[in-house]
Amino acid sequence: MSEFALEMKNITKRFPLVLANDKVDFSVYKGEIHALVGENGAGKSTLMSILYGLYQADSGEIFINGEKVNIANPNVAINLKIGMVHQHFMLVQPLTVTENIILGMEPKKNNVFIDMENATKKVEELSESMGFKIDSKAKIENISVGIQQRVEIIKVLYRGAEILVMDEPTAVLTPQEVEELFEILKLLKRQGKNIIFITHKLNEVKALSDRVTVMRRGKVVGVKDTKDTNQEEIASMMVGRKVIFEIEKKPFNLGKTALKVEKLKALNNKGLPAVKNISFKIREGEILGFAGVEGNGQTELVEVITGLRPASSGKIFLYDKDITNYSPRNIREDKIAHIPEDRRRRGIISNYTVAENLILGSHYRSPFNKGLALNFTAINNHANNLIKDFDIRPSDKDNFLKSLSGGNQQKVIVARELYGEPKLLIAAQPTRGLDVGSIEFVHQQILNERDKGKAILLISADLEEILSLSDRIAVIYEGEIVDVLDPKKTDEKEIGLLMTGSTTNKKLSKVK
Amino acid sequence: MKGNKKYDYYILLEKITPLIAVVCALLVGAIVIILIGENPVFVYKTLFSYAIGNRDGWGNVLFRATPLIFTGLAVAFAFRCGLFNIGGEGQMYIGAFFAAWVGFTFTNLPAFILIPLCILAAAAGGALWAAVPGILKAKIGVHEVIITIMMNWIAASLSFYLALVYKAPATEAMIAAGVKQMIPHTKEIAQAARLPRLYTILNSINIDFPAHNQVNVSFFIAIGVAILAYYILWKTNLGYEIRAVGYNPLAAEYGGISVAKNIVLAMVISGAFAGLVGTNEVMGYKYRWRQEIFTGLGFNGIAVALLGKNHPLGVVLAAILFGILNYGGAIVNIYTKGRIPRELIMVLQAVIVIFVVISDEVVKRLIRRRRKMV
Repeated sequence: MSEFALEMKNITKRFPLVLANDKVDFSVYKGEIHALVGENGAGKSTLMSILYGLYQADSGEIFINGEKVNIANPNVAINLKIGMVHQHFMLVQPLTVTENIILGMEPKKNNVFIDMENATKKVEELSESMGFKIDSKAKIENISVGIQQRVEIIKVLYRGAEILVMDEPTAVLTPQEVEELFEILKLLKRQGKNIIFITHKLNEVKALSDRVTVMRRGKVVGVKDTKDTNQEEIASMMVGRKVIFEIEKKPFNLGKTALKVEKLKALNNKGLPAVKNISFKIREGEILGFAGVEGNGQTELVEVITGLRPASSGKIFLYDKDITNYSPRNIREDKIAHIPEDRRRRGIISNYTVAENLILGSHYRSPFNKGLALNFTAINNHANNLIKDFDIRPSDKDNFLKSLSGGNQQKVIVARELYGEPKLLIAAQPTRGLDVGSIEFVHQQILNERDKGKAILLISADLEEILSLSDRIAVIYEGEIVDVLDPKKTDEKEIGLLMTGSTTNKKLSKVK
Repeated sequence: MKGNKKYDYYILLEKITPLIAVVCALLVGAIVIILIGENPVFVYKTLFSYAIGNRDGWGNVLFRATPLIFTGLAVAFAFRCGLFNIGGEGQMYIGAFFAAWVGFTFTNLPAFILIPLCILAAAAGGALWAAVPGILKAKIGVHEVIITIMMNWIAASLSFYLALVYKAPATEAMIAAGVKQMIPHTKEIAQAARLPRLYTILNSINIDFPAHNQVNVSFFIAIGVAILAYYILWKTNLGYEIRAVGYNPLAAEYGGISVAKNIVLAMVISGAFAGLVGTNEVMGYKYRWRQEIFTGLGFNGIAVALLGKNHPLGVVLAAILFGILNYGGAIVNIYTKGRIPRELIMVLQAVIVIFVVISDEVVKRLIRRRRKMV
């Protein structure tokens, strides 16, 4: 018997534009948790898609328990006891937990009817074996994201998986849920399962895995025992250069109050109150970070300040000017810049070129618009300058934005929003889905603006980001600010508890 | 991204899908012709040689292409703003009626005033008719497809009624025979409101061109409008905003672009283009408003825009192709003594549209599969 649960040897996969996997060797020992890390586009997903039968490798071999296999499609993968938990859950919302788990492999009674009793029993057995209880009759739409993930895990176990691929499983979880997930994965490991854990977050590699494989540009650049390495080493392998982890923050230099929000209320798209009586101030040279689980009013708050959603009551002042319910155009003219949380839906027009996207919002003003027509000389110069200053790649201004990577799309947005010296920068989830290099870049830009004396409103679901950048942290829960904290005197655990509402002295605090 | 030949090849393929569609459609047409019992080579040879093998043919083709350029541009322009304006038919009726009304009402004005006035009236009528669905969409979110369909019916009935109000006096022959107008049509427009036929211009510079050919100055107006549409869409601030709303209304709103304002403007401009059909049919051809000369032109504009990939140049080329098929089809019908029915051309046009949709989608999928990275 082989000591490997899985061996992938010499895997090469070429797409027309890119060599996605270049002679990749990847192996998982029996009973280990193996972290697979790399920047976006490094080839992790391609490799896992080949393992799961979604793609066919151009060359290379796959061995499961020492036996050579040919995985032509996902059904073959499932029969070989390979299970995949996708980053975006593949669950049917109106169906129950049990119905979702047995979907496609329903136990039958008399070969016709679904044997629900048996199915429920099996699901409950599985969840108990993992040390948690799950309400097998609950509908997916009524359970939390963390529980949904457990359903996904049970789903692959139900199909008999021995090798579990977890694709960035912590991206959607709160800190507490992450801890619980790690416990579950460790338990599965003790039960002899093999786990491949794809992630961006290097502290998770350290906390969970036995070994780590690092990929860069389609190649494996290193395989290490986790205990023999550290975050800095893994990061520099991923990026191919040294990465500065500790963000150097100069002491802050507070100026006048730039933004003042008073007793603001607003409704969400369903017409229900989403922002409930929020008040705060941001001064020049200060970063106010909003921590909170997504969907607690952050989106609506930003939309109200930027004029994209009406305030139902309350006031917003930029310096001394009342800008409540101004149009988005007027608010832009008052120099509020906005890096939107949903890059693809709000921030860019993917069928427009880089040059066209870089003038969005100022397209109607001089020098880009003169008289009747657009001034393409000015537009092109502007684009070339920003492409150089912000190192947008590829550097051709005529590329459509949809052909750029997420990191470069975000650079386009940041470049556009910081151009023209904004007075207030609103950055919502500014590094979501970006790779290490791009995150470093965006963070540096935000800090530069702060040091230039700009007021900054930062909203992020990533607590590490909030803690390292903010000068003050407001925790938002169900549309209210539940507390304001000093980042030096708090930690992820305290914030995590506050943002899930589990605080005894829940108070409506006013920010000084 | 550069230097990948196979990828470039797919991008090129994406651009010429309409061409592939036309070739496929002609092949399907050939099968139909064989089933009818005729020789497809002979039929197509006749069709094309009569349509584009001589000046008279070209004139007829361009005359038939002119209104389709207007209605095709109307659909394409609105589509760039994410709107599906299928009300070209109604906008065309109203615009053309406005042109006729100005033409037979202000009969004392000189040509250099009356002609521009009639052209403006045509555009204004179409614009007015399209503004209604535009405003309803922008203000209360009613889908433009529903409203434009309804507006088509209202326009058809209203203009028919107005034709009765302003109907032409009975001619002496009709009085003598004791008959009434069978199909209502309006009075004739003033001489000064008529657009010159092309033969008058060509003959004056000694180019031989038959006087019965109906192609007129309206064709140049259509080409001018196509250039104008291109200029607005790709060279102006307005076009930047309209296309931004069409591609991604949320991002447009975020960029300070008023989605409502641009929806109304795009519909108004689109309607104006459709209304300008009146310059060809009323000012250059029948010199009066008569419903039957318009029927279907608005709807064929949708097919023209689709085949032309919603680009002004594509629309002009597609309209000319439809012109060739229409005119050539009529000739073939006569030539084969009716054995090849004119309906064959309708079949061809429909098959072209189906193939455009299919080949577009097939090529898109090919590209997506090729582009798929990591």
